[in-house]
Amino acid sequence: MKKPEYTIGVTALNAIDNPGPGIPVIRALREAKSFDVRIIGLSYESLEPGIYMHDLIDKVYQIPYPSAGTELLFERLEYIQQQENMDVIIPNFDAELYSFIKLEPKLKKLGIHTFLPTNEQFEERLKVNLPEFGEKYGIPVPRSEAIYEVKQIPDIAKEFEWPVLVKGKYYDAKVVYNPEQATIAFNNIASKWGLPIIIQEFVHGTEFNVTGLGDGKGNTIATVPMRKQYITDIGKAWGGIAVSDDRLLQLTRDFIAKTKWRGGFELELMKNKDGEYVLLEINPRIPAWIYLAVGVGQNIPEALVNLALGKKVKPFEKYSVGKMFIRYSWDMMVDLSEFEKISTTGEL
Amino acid sequence: MKIKKNVAVSDSGFVFNPTTGESFSVNPIGMKIVEMLKKETPTQEISNYILENYETDAPTIDKDLYDFIEMLKQYSLIEENEKA
Repeated sequence: MKKPEYTIGVTALNAIDNPGPGIPVIRALREAKSFDVRIIGLSYESLEPGIYMHDLIDKVYQIPYPSAGTELLFERLEYIQQQENMDVIIPNFDAELYSFIKLEPKLKKLGIHTFLPTNEQFEERLKVNLPEFGEKYGIPVPRSEAIYEVKQIPDIAKEFEWPVLVKGKYYDAKVVYNPEQATIAFNNIASKWGLPIIIQEFVHGTEFNVTGLGDGKGNTIATVPMRKQYITDIGKAWGGIAVSDDRLLQLTRDFIAKTKWRGGFELELMKNKDGEYVLLEINPRIPAWIYLAVGVGQNIPEALVNLALGKKVKPFEKYSVGKMFIRYSWDMMVDLSEFEKISTTGEL
Repeated sequence: MKIKKNVAVSDSGFVFNPTTGESFSVNPIGMKIVEMLKKETPTQEISNYILENYETDAPTIDKDLYDFIEMLKQYSLIEENEKA
């Protein structure tokens, strides 16, 4: 039987030292067994490497930053849809998810399907809401507090033990050892990502990450845990290994069942010195290391597309433990004319 | 005392713990000890094997074997409910 061909829009083409998930998601889609794909890259900046990866992406369109508002984004997507007739969009940046969740019904009318968490799920797992989230679902989380002003730091100093983590509401985290360092981190992160800033208890231990896919009804479609083996200066995994820990898998299944999570996600957990897992963060989207999940037998982006299109998806039951991913960098040669085209026309 | 069931040991002395994702390299004698522990060989029997096959004395073996087993415990390679 001939496989259907879907046109799929993918964001986060920034395959840089802090990589976006777009390129690994596209690799996964190109390896899908249940369909063929035409890939539409959706970029924000002209130097996102994915724009120039013509073997992976068929056509690229720039889209407006989330700060420009959902109306402008919708207008742009409407134009792109007239040219490309996309079946599905997979947004991969935290900062753009709110807009895509809000636009979900309007996009569906245009024939564009998504498979995202609900607005409630998106909001309640926000870093600022993590303590309430942990309490509601019975998941251990570190103590944390959202602050809006530098002058709150001395009070925080009395409540927490040093070091603490200073975190941005979407991205960025810095370990600080005294109020002076906390003030510098507050200002740096607030200038990039805005307020509030989250002060979080520093949990000593080993970091584990889990990616998975929930069907929105409480069922686990996929789950793959990974331990970072090589971490860059900015805390990103440059190498990781698929692990097998029943407690970690059960914790993930519980998370999906209790929240009825819809879509892809990543849990960031710390195994503390007592061997307990503490949930540090929930990223409401596919992580940049998703290709490891594909490599060990769970093509999460493929399953997500099928769910978005209303197809029945059989949950994955196993994966290969002990398989590793190692990232590398690669210099592409790009003609100035291509850079010029994407910069001036917003298309390539 | 025994090595956790899911811990994999290759012929080259590469030890992989799939629960934690950690891997270790052991030398030939370390590999032999790990293999014997996997088969639940009593510590005294392991000491005797080393004494018979290597040029060393019993006090040294006991001290080194104790250190090695403590290290395996520290890296969570020994079944948790087992006592030394």
